[in-house]
Amino acid sequence: MAFDIFGFFRKKEPASGSVAKDRLKLVLVHDRVDCSSQVLEMLKGDIIKVISNYMEIDEDELDINITQTENEDHSGTVPVLYANIPIKSMHRNAVKDAES
Amino acid sequence: MGEVIVITSGKGGVGKTTTSANLGCGLALSGKKVALVDADIGLRNLDVVMGLENRIVYDLVDVVEGNCKLKNALIKDKRYAGLYLLPAAQTRDKDAVSPEQMQKLCQSLKDEGFDYIIIDCPAGIEQGFKNAIAGADRALVVTTPEVSAVRDADRIIGLLEAHELSNPGLILNRLRVDMVKKGEMMSIDDVTEILAVEVIGVVPDDESIVITTNKGEPAVTDEHSKAGQAYRNITRRILGEDVPLMDLETEETWMDKIKKFFRRG
Repeated sequence: MAFDIFGFFRKKEPASGSVAKDRLKLVLVHDRVDCSSQVLEMLKGDIIKVISNYMEIDEDELDINITQTENEDHSGTVPVLYANIPIKSMHRNAVKDAES
Repeated sequence: MGEVIVITSGKGGVGKTTTSANLGCGLALSGKKVALVDADIGLRNLDVVMGLENRIVYDLVDVVEGNCKLKNALIKDKRYAGLYLLPAAQTRDKDAVSPEQMQKLCQSLKDEGFDYIIIDCPAGIEQGFKNAIAGADRALVVTTPEVSAVRDADRIIGLLEAHELSNPGLILNRLRVDMVKKGEMMSIDDVTEILAVEVIGVVPDDESIVITTNKGEPAVTDEHSKAGQAYRNITRRILGEDVPLMDLETEETWMDKIKKFFRRG
């Protein structure tokens, strides 16, 4: 067995065991919620439709996903719907419409 | 009163049949009357793992269809007192049996005076799985420390709960302590944190399993086998004893020590 000289100096990548655990956690969040990617796409479409009534959003940068977060009493994790929706500009008339 | 235990996993190839054979044999060695039932109709394997393939006359489907009496289909293992095998049919498919028929079969085995009925479940979540769990009182889920196997175990645990088999015991199979130490394999804690079920046993990856399976003798009978020791411990836990998880540390070779010395700091 050769001594891995290059490996000795190289910056260590995370061990594959923790990579496996993280991937597994994410896969199970989706499995347990039982939300297909098709449903997620439909949800995404609806969210865009509603928000577009009020503001102009960057649809290409839009990110909607199911992930997990620690629950309130820190005893475990719960699934959450995560949405990152970059706003390009507000529709002025949307604010006016609401006021009138 | 007998207890029906189904050994299941979802994913294939994680060690259901080996686990069934070893636990069945272990329980028989503890003085119990045990029936091993191969529910993998169409792909029978428990007979070869047990080394009883030459003694099959009738099978599970014959019993269910009334072609023979239950007693005639049960193969008595002459090596271990109290151990019997009910083989699966090889030329039929999963639809040959219904969940109701399996429930009836399990009850008949209990009536025969068996203390434990171990059912080797087929891989998958379809008809074969539904049949195998239909008559079960308790479930053991076998998994290996891999993403695909743990994912399937999670699905199976959910399905078992839906069929009123909650709190299954988890058997973590083929663990390599050396790899866990290096962080290159998920640990016992990693898997239990994700699956949130009770671990009833951890079986180390062990060459002796390959060797004993080649010969058709369960590893549980091998005093020197680490995996055999793990199966003996699981057997005792099934019987209600409180046995701590075994120390899976292997002795370090001088080569390991040198490598470790250089890796320090």
